[in-house]
Amino acid sequence: MARIPSAPPADRFPASGSRRLFPYLFTAVFAASVLFSLREAQVDPRRLLDGDALGNVAKFVRGMFPPRLDGEFLGLMVRPAIETVQISVMGTAIAVVLGVPLGLLATSSLTWRGVLHERTSRTGRWLLGFAPYAAARAVLSVFRSIPEYVWAFMFVRAVGLGPFPGVLAIGVAYGGMLGKVYSEILESVSPRPLETLHAAGASRAGVVLYGLVPQALPNVVAYTLYRWECAIRASAILGFVGAGGLGQQIELSMRMFQFDEVLTLLAILFVLVASVDAISARIRGWVA
Amino acid sequence: MGGLRARGAVARPGRAAPLLAGAGVAALLAWSWHGTAVDLPGLLGGEGLRQITTYVGNLFPPDLSPGAWRDAATGAVETFAISLIGSLLAVGLGLPLSLAATRTLLYRGILFEGRRLGPGARTGRVAVYAAGKATLTLLRTVPEVVWALIFVFMVGLGPFPGVLALGVHTGGVLGKLFGEVLEDVDPAPLEALQATGAGRLAILVYGVLPQALPQFVSYALYRWEVNIRAAAMLGFVGAGGLGQRIWIAISLFQEHQLLTLLLAIYLIVTLVDALSAFLRARLV
Repeated sequence: MARIPSAPPADRFPASGSRRLFPYLFTAVFAASVLFSLREAQVDPRRLLDGDALGNVAKFVRGMFPPRLDGEFLGLMVRPAIETVQISVMGTAIAVVLGVPLGLLATSSLTWRGVLHERTSRTGRWLLGFAPYAAARAVLSVFRSIPEYVWAFMFVRAVGLGPFPGVLAIGVAYGGMLGKVYSEILESVSPRPLETLHAAGASRAGVVLYGLVPQALPNVVAYTLYRWECAIRASAILGFVGAGGLGQQIELSMRMFQFDEVLTLLAILFVLVASVDAISARIRGWVA
Repeated sequence: MGGLRARGAVARPGRAAPLLAGAGVAALLAWSWHGTAVDLPGLLGGEGLRQITTYVGNLFPPDLSPGAWRDAATGAVETFAISLIGSLLAVGLGLPLSLAATRTLLYRGILFEGRRLGPGARTGRVAVYAAGKATLTLLRTVPEVVWALIFVFMVGLGPFPGVLALGVHTGGVLGKLFGEVLEDVDPAPLEALQATGAGRLAILVYGVLPQALPQFVSYALYRWEVNIRAAAMLGFVGAGGLGQRIWIAISLFQEHQLLTLLLAIYLIVTLVDALSAFLRARLV
């Protein structure tokens, strides 16, 4: 789990009226949203306990045991399992390819603000810096706000069934997230080394290469690996919309009421996810 | 899903490591490229690109007739409701389970220095810990969408199975994260409380929880952001919200309506991200 980027500490003026009112206002709005949402989401716990529901669960659980472990079935599942890993790797790679340039453009300290641009004219900053910056931010926001499943569904329509639309979906959705986080990492580096390099007469490229990149790289690598862990989970379910991998098999087995196969598939998924987490944690231990 | 920090000490690799790592990554990429039938030239070359441009062109203009507009708004509200109640249910499930999955609350550490546990009590508590951990692993290993299918079997179609699916899966995730936070709290205040003669419950309430609470809120808000996206997809398996409408629009080639729905998803996700950031700054 990525550490949540925490907001800068808000300055607390005890006398400020809005601050004193906030707890009450928050409680009231929160309670109202919960009540409203309970109704909208048609929450009705009684439906969980009626005879049909419990009977269905019993049928489901009984159907899962014993899990299907014969050689034929396991042999058939090797390919989708491998495919799931490959989708996550390739998807993350495309996300990096999209995220790096967009993230760089979306970093205000690189494009239009701060020590790198002290000698640029105002109009120059606006046209060459701020306009691409704003455009990159907008693109990143669209990429990451449309969930990967929706992207996958649309790419299935565009390029057909199989693992490729899954790769593209993870690439686009995660590219949006990576780009945003990369830009946050780049903006939060200490400005001192940059100023020192600048004062020593280093060019812009020099400042970026020797001042910015070394500070940002460990966090960039760590966050990318964390996203890879998320990607393996995502690639396992993108199959539900026809984008290859284990998800497609889970969906098929669910629809055919083959719950013994579902249990085996979930176990395979667990092993895959746990291995990727372990590998990723290991590499993060080296870089961070 | 651990934090970005290393878990325990890891040996630093030697000088050849970057080269080896580079070669490893390159091999992994080549293998995955081949296995997933990536066809970037086909996608970005003439024909593929033209198809995509045509498809995107067909989306415009969005269908803003009152009917489509109302449909998208209803879907967005439903998705929002599913994510909010699902996340709250997750906190409700994850919090008690995390207490059962925290070693420092059950059998070791400062709480148990003064009054030691008998061997029988200790074995029992280790068993509680193991059971808690196993439950959390089970809950979060099964993806939301599979939980959604299971709950659709149980209680039928509609947003309610979506709420249950998010609650159960996210409960497993939050329980694990909460447990890690509880084990990581600064021991100094706990020792101070213990030195004044505070009992276990008092140390938990006045020493552990105040330290853990901001992190809990932060993680819960973060999962809410994840859940608003997930809530939108659960509709694909019949669990209500925008997903169901998107599924229909894509299947029936109702492109203008699809764009309206995509705009609705974009707005609701951006809104929740902003709300979550605001609350994190205010509450944490």
